[in-house]
Amino acid sequence: MARSIRKGPYVDAKLEKKITNMAEGKTKKGVIKTWSRRSTITPDFVGSTFAVHNGNKFIPVYVTEFMVGHKLGEFAPTRNFKGHSGSK
Amino acid sequence: MARIAGIDLPKNKRGEIALTYIYGIGPSTAQYILSKAGIDFDKKAAEWNDDEQTAIRNIISGEFKVEGQLRSEVQMNIKRLMDIACYRGLRHRKGLPLRGQRTRTNSRTRKGKRKTVAGKKKAPKK
Repeated sequence: MARSIRKGPYVDAKLEKKITNMAEGKTKKGVIKTWSRRSTITPDFVGSTFAVHNGNKFIPVYVTEFMVGHKLGEFAPTRNFKGHSGSK
Repeated sequence: MARIAGIDLPKNKRGEIALTYIYGIGPSTAQYILSKAGIDFDKKAAEWNDDEQTAIRNIISGEFKVEGQLRSEVQMNIKRLMDIACYRGLRHRKGLPLRGQRTRTNSRTRKGKRKTVAGKKKAPKK
């Protein structure tokens, strides 16, 4: 079920604040550490790097313009299947 | 014989059905095209005269993306997902279902024919 367009894209308020602060130069530029996997990537995010939590550690995600409209969590897999024990 | 959108020549079928042989045109699009061109749905594809054929061609080329163009668009979309390495892209790369279906059993369409793993024990009987 897709989100209603009327509401607009969802971005966690905290994360939005971090980005505007960085854009205005209030805070130093750098990697933004976040747990907010549910936030949609908006055009403002393009060009910055996020450290997205996957439940265990932070995965660095560099946002490109093609990623707009996806959620941050889509780029930090929570399960990392390396193969069964028997198979090489 | 009708030849529309490149290589398709379905005949001896009702026009409504014959048009669905074109990649990108399903039953409802076919009905829309025929009603817009003012052709009876039951008329066979082989019986269309030149005027009717050009009318259909114009509607398709003007309003729809079909065959090669559509196929390449779909491929581009999949490639985009794989390039940005999002979850759906990773699933495309691995050839597994994208939308959260179970993969313990089933999912044979995506996974292909069963590959038996040697030495894998069956669940012990009690």
